[in-house]
Amino acid sequence: MRPNGCGGTEYGDTFTAGADCMLRVAPYLVAAILTGPVLAGSLGALIPSFGFLPSLGHDEFGLDAWRALLDWPGIGGSVLLSFASGILTAGVSLLLALLFLAVFFETRAFVWLRQAIAPMLAVPHAAAAFALAFLIAPSGFLARLLSPWATGWQRPPDLLIVQDEWGLSLMAGLVMKEVPFLLLMALASLAQIHAGERMRLARSIGYGRISAWFKSVVPALYPLLRLPVYAVIAYSSANIDVALILGPVSPPPLAVQVLRWSNDPDLDFRMIASAGAILQFAVTAGAIALWILAERCVGLLTRGWLVSGRRRTGDTGLAALGQGLFPTLILASILGIAALGLNAFARVWRFPDALPGRWTLAHWQSVAETAGGPVVATLWIALLTTLLSLVLVVCVLENERQRDVRSGRILEFLIYVPLLVPQIGFIFGLVLLAELAETPPGGGLVAAGHIIFVLPYVYLSLSEAYRRQDPAWTKIARTLGQSAAGAFWKVRLPMLLTPLLTAFAVGAAISIGQYLVTRLLGAGRVETVTTEAIALAAGGDRRLIGAWALTQAILPVAGFALALAAPRLIWRNRRGMLGGVR
Amino acid sequence: MTLGLGLKDVRITLGGRDLLSLDCVIEPGTVLTVMGPSGSGKSTLLSFVAGFLTAPFTAEGRILLNGADITDALPEARHVGLLFQDPMLFPHLSVGGNLLFGMPPGSPDRLASAGEALDRFGLEGFADRDPATLSGGQASRVALLRLLLSEPKAALLDEPFSKLDRHLRGDIRRFSFERLRDAGLPTVLVTHDPEDAEAAGGPVVELAGTG
Repeated sequence: MRPNGCGGTEYGDTFTAGADCMLRVAPYLVAAILTGPVLAGSLGALIPSFGFLPSLGHDEFGLDAWRALLDWPGIGGSVLLSFASGILTAGVSLLLALLFLAVFFETRAFVWLRQAIAPMLAVPHAAAAFALAFLIAPSGFLARLLSPWATGWQRPPDLLIVQDEWGLSLMAGLVMKEVPFLLLMALASLAQIHAGERMRLARSIGYGRISAWFKSVVPALYPLLRLPVYAVIAYSSANIDVALILGPVSPPPLAVQVLRWSNDPDLDFRMIASAGAILQFAVTAGAIALWILAERCVGLLTRGWLVSGRRRTGDTGLAALGQGLFPTLILASILGIAALGLNAFARVWRFPDALPGRWTLAHWQSVAETAGGPVVATLWIALLTTLLSLVLVVCVLENERQRDVRSGRILEFLIYVPLLVPQIGFIFGLVLLAELAETPPGGGLVAAGHIIFVLPYVYLSLSEAYRRQDPAWTKIARTLGQSAAGAFWKVRLPMLLTPLLTAFAVGAAISIGQYLVTRLLGAGRVETVTTEAIALAAGGDRRLIGAWALTQAILPVAGFALALAAPRLIWRNRRGMLGGVR
Repeated sequence: MTLGLGLKDVRITLGGRDLLSLDCVIEPGTVLTVMGPSGSGKSTLLSFVAGFLTAPFTAEGRILLNGADITDALPEARHVGLLFQDPMLFPHLSVGGNLLFGMPPGSPDRLASAGEALDRFGLEGFADRDPATLSGGQASRVALLRLLLSEPKAALLDEPFSKLDRHLRGDIRRFSFERLRDAGLPTVLVTHDPEDAEAAGGPVVELAGTG
């Protein structure tokens, strides 16, 4: 007899044994995918950094690589730049995201903001960086719109705006992409902390909107945003694609310098690259550590302020700032994309004309002639990796539900491992390991690498909706004669169609945007729209860049459009399916 | 063979503490009402009978349905229907789809009998409707109909009328009990509302609060 109430799975049974086994294995498999390559890759970089790289005939340990690294001209500047862009990007992005939420929470614009986030996130980093470059460059769209009537410029001013040595344009480009990310993560947490009730309570006892938000909601919200913020620091301190487009050239951010070394035809530079990759770990870890210290300080300094009883602290000014900045950012994004588009169709575009004088389709013809291969590679890698990730994530979440246990904090943390560890650090190590194992670089290796980054985002995108689904649906289906599997396939999954499609679009967008993994694990044999677009950055052919960057942006945005449109079409007569999860 | 739903020496415990003990037979067409404050274990009793009891609750005793011991059967093999506070109509299916979902497969003219059943319940032409467009009363009737058409041998009602508007509640309640009686189902009703117990017209068990 089966003891009541302590069956291993939900309601004491039973998918088929095979399916059940798959569910049990899934969390371990996911944990392995999230941590295995990171660990192996880190070791793969650590060991050569001490002089041991047998494939190149180096088999004696030593500190030469580290000495060469530390003697490299400009290395200090590279480190400082990476460190600063990690901290500053995260700080500015977090403040902006919190300010926008404070200003717009539960207003009419809030609904709109929710919807604007998905497409903003879908645009790959590289395309966004090109858009910003085309907007703010001395001969960019903004200068043209303002010249000569406001600036008096008859020719582009001699200013270094894009790729400035302070990395300001780099950080601006990162902020534009990280604000929507933090907004999305915050939006997913608001219900959990009952933000609406907190706001209403604080407002009802006289707090201004901004003060109410920062005093009553943020203290509960921030702990839930902590890991995403650390991920922003990690990404911004070690990013490559945006840095190649907007970052300073000499000295470049550390990660870019490591990439240069690893691409150097002189293979001995790989030892320095390894040491650089390890240094990048330290820089990112240091940036996160400084941030944690700052967290503590802010916590201590605001303790009195939280309970001071002051109802308004700069509310009017901050509200005006938020109300002004948000439309400005949206407008900048739209103008940036417009600048890409105008360049892509421009034949002659003299400064300071606001619009091209003559138009052409020639750049698109050039794209069309060469884009076939990269588009196909981009799509198959994105679809395959996202599908696999989605299956794995559903297995993990279903296992959690069946056994009525949260997979636990461990998995929740492991999800962030690939997002917290600098890519260049372990991917380069993986390349060395793949060479050691004589695994030929190519599509398979690239796809395997993409999964490491697609999986976390699919998980983050789907888990909340999956967990929120009411278990009573299963009970109803079971009492109506369905097996556990029947209830899953016929009721639970169809009801989750919208979040599943959204998670798919998120995953595909992440895969499409991957640069470094594709570049290093593909060893130049796998070209995607992203590697093609970024490869053009150095050449500076604006017309072609415009066309390629748009191509790169269109794929993920189209994915999102499909993911949003499909449920509306499928459920056009099912109003209950178009709200939230039930 | 004894017809009806037998709860034989049923005892439900939480962490070694007794929540409720019950030993009775519910005859076909009668309603046993279980009343008690929150936390008294009434919903847990329904979970036990339907086959959904999960930790930390434990239960002992046997459940006999028309003479057969279903204590260890899978939920879908028990032929016990459930109604919750919310009608819980599947939002991705039409009204007709919801009914067909529960009807045994393979029977001839499932579609036609679903349509006729809707007619009998005063819901003519509702088969293609989106469940989200129904009024509260209509949705309750569809939920009850879905349960009846799945041909259960017993029914479990978990405060099914508590969310209805007051002016609807009496009508829906009367209607539901009549249909359950007509179908000859032994029924367990769990509720806070003494009016529910009165309308059910069967034996009433009052559970003590556990404080």
